[in-house]
Amino acid sequence: MTNDPTRPRDANEPGANHRIALSLTINGARHDLEVAPTATLLDVIRDGLGLAGTKKGCDMGGCGACTVLVAGRRIAACLALAASFNDAVVTTIEGVGTPECLHPLQAAFIRHDALQCGYCTPGQILSGIALLSESPQSIEEIREGMSGNLCRCGAYANIVAAIAEVAGL
Amino acid sequence: MSGPSFHYIRATGLEDAVAAGNKPGAIYLAGGTDLLQLWKAGLVAPQEVIDISRLPLTDIFRDGDTLVVGALARLSDVSAHCEVKTHHPLIRDAILASASSQVRNLATVGGNLLQQTRCPYFRDKAFACNKRNPGTGCGARDGENRHAAIFGGSEGCVATHASDLAVALAALDAEIVIRSAAGERLMALQQLYQLPSATTAPNCSLAAGDMLTAIRMRNAQRFAQRSTYLKIRDRASFEFAVVSVAAALWIEDGVIAEARLAAGGVAPLPWRLSRSEAALVGRAPTGQTLLAAAELAIEGASPLEKNVFKIPLLRNAVIRALQTIGGHA
Repeated sequence: MTNDPTRPRDANEPGANHRIALSLTINGARHDLEVAPTATLLDVIRDGLGLAGTKKGCDMGGCGACTVLVAGRRIAACLALAASFNDAVVTTIEGVGTPECLHPLQAAFIRHDALQCGYCTPGQILSGIALLSESPQSIEEIREGMSGNLCRCGAYANIVAAIAEVAGL
Repeated sequence: MSGPSFHYIRATGLEDAVAAGNKPGAIYLAGGTDLLQLWKAGLVAPQEVIDISRLPLTDIFRDGDTLVVGALARLSDVSAHCEVKTHHPLIRDAILASASSQVRNLATVGGNLLQQTRCPYFRDKAFACNKRNPGTGCGARDGENRHAAIFGGSEGCVATHASDLAVALAALDAEIVIRSAAGERLMALQQLYQLPSATTAPNCSLAAGDMLTAIRMRNAQRFAQRSTYLKIRDRASFEFAVVSVAAALWIEDGVIAEARLAAGGVAPLPWRLSRSEAALVGRAPTGQTLLAAAELAIEGASPLEKNVFKIPLLRNAVIRALQTIGGHA
């Protein structure tokens, strides 16, 4: 698997020809992979496994578009060195709901029109699911708890409303 | 976006990790939230990345009158721990004011304390920076320096330390445990950080082969009822401090018996406000007492062109933090 298609690799760089054995369980399916030492979890999910629902936004941990769950906890997959996540249990947006049976938060996003372009939505949904598991007690806690997810269309009010509805607030 | 390649080595034990970290070009990976940003921006180019994230240094527990936090405990685990929530709320508040949930679930205590500055001149290799390349100069001093230090800076560097947790820990007189091939040593957290010289600005005092393994806070639970972390920033959440204040008081019979104050966003290291502390002890927390302490907090400040506003901001932040925990007597 290549790491970063935007950057040509120099075979003389340390570790350039190395591959690390990595076992991941993603959305219930086990994958035994060989990854570059420099690959991020985001690279592996998107470019390696073709699960393109997880988005690359800033690639610096600031926007939340790459949010996935590892053992139920939300993380920025762009700041996660893949090799460090051997045996991790990962949930991406492809593992949340089905077209016939949406996750309650996905259904709430549709009801509340909580998106415009949709690019940040997978990260918003996964971050929201993790937040709901922490039982937010107020709208303010939802706003604070979702501060790691940017929406440049500015659908924040509707995103918060969708999460609040599922939280019963 | 990505930097040059490196060898990846998964540390299997503490001794292996310490030996591996002692090699030139080696760097430790814990949570990775700072390292990956630095590497992607081309600011570090390690030959070997030593993954220490699975070493058994994650425990959080009370040892007599001391709270011990393993250096590899994730920030989210520390803030959610019952011992921290109940007896050390200042630490919890500082962590919850840091970064986002996605970052706190990855980031470790040790990595947080050792994180690099957010000074934009450091973070962009197009600019001169003594911290990144000793001897090249400081772009911030005469540049965009709204964010820069008002205390402790030098001709060579005016970058501030970015950690909120370090400010809270400094106020609580935390100690850190360092492991090296020579064994284990204990030192004050404040000794971890150094002021910049005219041409250099080291990130910390650790040498190659030193590994931060734990944080220890002795007898800090007495501040549990009166402590607060006030963070002033440019947006309400997920932002570094412009100015922050960690404050803790121990009040007996209406009189301040002990006071702890440290400021963030104003210096190259967590900036302890010792003179303000001394001015509080032995007095009732009246408005006049708090104001006098706050005036001492800003004495000796040396602002740059665009950060003069930090002086009244710090004074007011000290007052508000002390009002929050001292009452409006």
